[in-house]
Amino acid sequence: MKNEMTLAFDSRSENEGFARVAVAAFVSQLNPTMEEVADIRTAVSEAVTNAIIHGYPDGIHTVVVRAALGDGLLELWVTDEGVGIEDVKQAMEPLYTSRPELERSGMGFMFMEAFMDQVEVQSELGTGTTVHMVKRIGQGFERQED
Amino acid sequence: MDMLEQRGRRLMVHLPSEVDHHHTEAIRLKVDALVEREPIDEVEFDFSQTEFMDSAGIGMLLGRYKIMRALNGKVIVSHMNGQIRRILSMSGIRKFIEFS
Repeated sequence: MKNEMTLAFDSRSENEGFARVAVAAFVSQLNPTMEEVADIRTAVSEAVTNAIIHGYPDGIHTVVVRAALGDGLLELWVTDEGVGIEDVKQAMEPLYTSRPELERSGMGFMFMEAFMDQVEVQSELGTGTTVHMVKRIGQGFERQED
Repeated sequence: MDMLEQRGRRLMVHLPSEVDHHHTEAIRLKVDALVEREPIDEVEFDFSQTEFMDSAGIGMLLGRYKIMRALNGKVIVSHMNGQIRRILSMSGIRKFIEFS
């Protein structure tokens, strides 16, 4: 069985907590462990915060979080239609930040990669960025095929 | 409880339930203003009310570490839950900040 949801919200920092809670609630149907939930919340928080700060440095626009559950697997897409990343490889390097004045630690992608099984970034200057993440959840409850 | 509690030359910072990018800006403004006007040697970040932190919290702690180092002071963290301990350990911040 595949189950999907999509959230679209303003790129306001207040919504970082909303996105974490919403994804965690959606994933709860796979009976994740507390540690898995903590991992997912952290990864969502990092990706959504990046979209808000870096994707849309000027003004309020829409961030989209899509999640799909199926076969004991969570797939997540966090998308902005913002400025895009010129050099994705550099952006993903630990401790690299394009905004040191904001006291960004440069550890966002490091945490996403540590807490999810797979992280891929697609980005194009002037078009936007999608972070795609995959994580296997629990002992594979809800594995029946339809 | 107020977020800031001064005990002599030690500043206790009782952090909110979520230490993310949305909350760190207010925390750093308050802490920095107090450290600037009071003779503080130690800043202790108390996580007893905190259930979530991400890399924004690491950036906030490192920023306060730099300020306290310049004042020959130190930064301490206390009462972290498992999620926060894990984030702190992975960040390597332990080299700079004392775990109480």
